[in-house]
Amino acid sequence: MSVLIVAEHDNAGLKPATLNTVTAAGQVGGDIVLLIAGTDCAAAAAAAAKVAGVAKVLVADAPEYATMLAENLAPLIVKLAPDYSHILAPATTFGKNLLPRAAALLDVQQISDISGIVDADTFVRPIYAGNAEATVKSGDAIKVVTIRATAFDPAPEDGGSAATETVEGTGDSGLSTFVGQELTKSERPELTTAGIVISGGRGMQSGENFAMLERIADKLGAAVGASRAAVDAGFVPNDYQVGQTGKVVAPELYIAIGISGAIQHLAGMKDSKVIVAINKDEEAPIFQVADYGLVADLFQAVPELEKELG
Amino acid sequence: MKVLVPIKRVIDANVKVRVKADKSGVELTNVKMAMNPFCEIGVEEAVRMKEAGTASEIVVVSAGGAQSQETIRTALAMGADRGIVIQSDVALEPLGVAKLLKAVVEKESAELVILGKQAIDGDNNQTGQMLAALLGWAQGTFVSKIAIEDGVLKATREVDGGLETVALKMPCVLTVDLRLNQPRYASLPNIMKAKKKQIDTLSPEDLGVDVTPRLTVVQVVEPASRKAGVKVASVAELVDKLKNEAKVI
Ligand SMILES: Cc1cc2nc3c(=O)[nH]c(=O)nc-3n(C[C@H](O)[C@H](O)[C@H](O)COP(=O)(O)OP(=O)(O)OC[C@H]3O[C@@H](n4cnc5c(N)ncnc54)[C@H](O)[C@@H]3O)c2cc1C
Ligand SMILES: Nc1ncnc2c1ncn2[C@@H]1O[C@H](COP(=O)(O)O)[C@@H](O)[C@H]1O
Repeated sequence: MSVLIVAEHDNAGLKPATLNTVTAAGQVGGDIVLLIAGTDCAAAAAAAAKVAGVAKVLVADAPEYATMLAENLAPLIVKLAPDYSHILAPATTFGKNLLPRAAALLDVQQISDISGIVDADTFVRPIYAGNAEATVKSGDAIKVVTIRATAFDPAPEDGGSAATETVEGTGDSGLSTFVGQELTKSERPELTTAGIVISGGRGMQSGENFAMLERIADKLGAAVGASRAAVDAGFVPNDYQVGQTGKVVAPELYIAIGISGAIQHLAGMKDSKVIVAINKDEEAPIFQVADYGLVADLFQAVPELEKELG
Repeated sequence: MKVLVPIKRVIDANVKVRVKADKSGVELTNVKMAMNPFCEIGVEEAVRMKEAGTASEIVVVSAGGAQSQETIRTALAMGADRGIVIQSDVALEPLGVAKLLKAVVEKESAELVILGKQAIDGDNNQTGQMLAALLGWAQGTFVSKIAIEDGVLKATREVDGGLETVALKMPCVLTVDLRLNQPRYASLPNIMKAKKKQIDTLSPEDLGVDVTPRLTVVQVVEPASRKAGVKVASVAELVDKLKNEAKVI
């Protein structure tokens, strides 16, 4: 058995979810090979070689991989696939966009967003917004799987000394080009890896009011998230959304402010270690999953919380 | 431009889903079904394209049981022109659906396919990407904005870091995200009109596609539930508990 991981990176280094994917690969068993496809990606390849547990790093350094277009990357995965029993990627927007395209070209039914590994063919995954958990067994020759990062610990960034091997690029597909991006800039920790997350919902009433949460986030070293309603209303950017169709987080502490606790929101945060909810409606479903619930008007409670934290 | 919109019939998003006692799946009998919300957004976008003169015809297609007809009627009432049901009693997986859709795209000579980014039953998020791969077309996934100019489609995508824009050669495949548009409700006159619109029924065999499942469902269970917490009376008590009991701050 041997596992190919399609690493998510930004040429300079690995994205955190890649490390969780390495841990998942370790549970599958066999050699772990990390693919770094990018442009001027030597630094990311060097970081990959140091990750504990990685046996080999494949480096495809070519212009066509500069912006991680699925149309260009999928043929590379298909070319490498015959040497592997498993192909894994993190279930981030990068992996979700790319891996099904490669799976279809390989005539494999992908298994998405797994939260557990039973054996090399059998995987556990949440379905119906986490209302149910399915265990499925694959009959395909190669298993193509995306990994829910919060369900696996990150592999240590140091301790490995993998050999590096160069692979040729597969050329530009001519199908798509990258035009530009508008990335949300923040000094705060990344939402999916932060130890503490404080999220606001429709109850926040405006984008300006999120400043209250940001001040608390800065005191706690937390990331700021949101419900879909808060994103749809334009209070905060789309990449703040936690839930079934947004990001999945599982911090040590999740603080939900003015969020009702719809199942689609719970799908993205109910594996957090400790959940706090502040809501003025004592019947709000969020209280059914909260370890500590405070029934209060957030416009009183949040400033008080800021003061209490000193 | 002919637009194809694949739509899936799923358990209504507001229904509390229950796992069957025999662990074979979730309870589907006597449960309210609806069009997958992301597919509604796809239909809405296609209808807007038709209203703007960009789309000439909208064909909606749904693969599944005979009742997928109802879901197709809903899309026809929203403004789609014609429907196709691909009737299958075998449980379909995204790869099988993508193969069926490829056959329909070729049969219909569609130039744009708009899918939802994810069906809220299986939460797979695969079908559009797979279809694009099988057709050898460009893909724009998780799209929240679309502009078509000179045979190129510019798609703004919702990604983990924010937004990204790609230019796609047409024909192409799109999967749509929540913020692309707000789907309309069908008006009563349009619901009446939809009853007269054409729906064809095909089978996987008609399309020459093998949809034999690749995965075996071993079991479906309820997830572990959280143990009930406590209510605190004040912010001071909350902070004290977080510091001294939970020890998380
Ligand atoms: C297909 C689909 C996908 C979805 N995906 C997601 C997803 O990924 N993530 C997600 O979050 N949602 C998602 N949703 C939406 C979800 O169903 C809910 O609509 C949404 O989570 C509600 O957001 P909210 O709790 O902020 O708003 P509401 O449900 O409106 O709740 C606001 C809460 O704020 C409280 N409140 C108001 N004012 C105050 C105050 N002054 N002080 C204290 N409390 C106050 C209210 O009591 C209320 O409980 C999805 C829905 C669908 C159909
Ligand atoms: N059985 C089906 N019939 C028609 N379209 C489907 C079907 N299954 C999935 N789709 C389309 O593919 C999208 C993504 O579904 P999935 O890959 O299952 O998450 C849906 O929003 C639909 O547009």
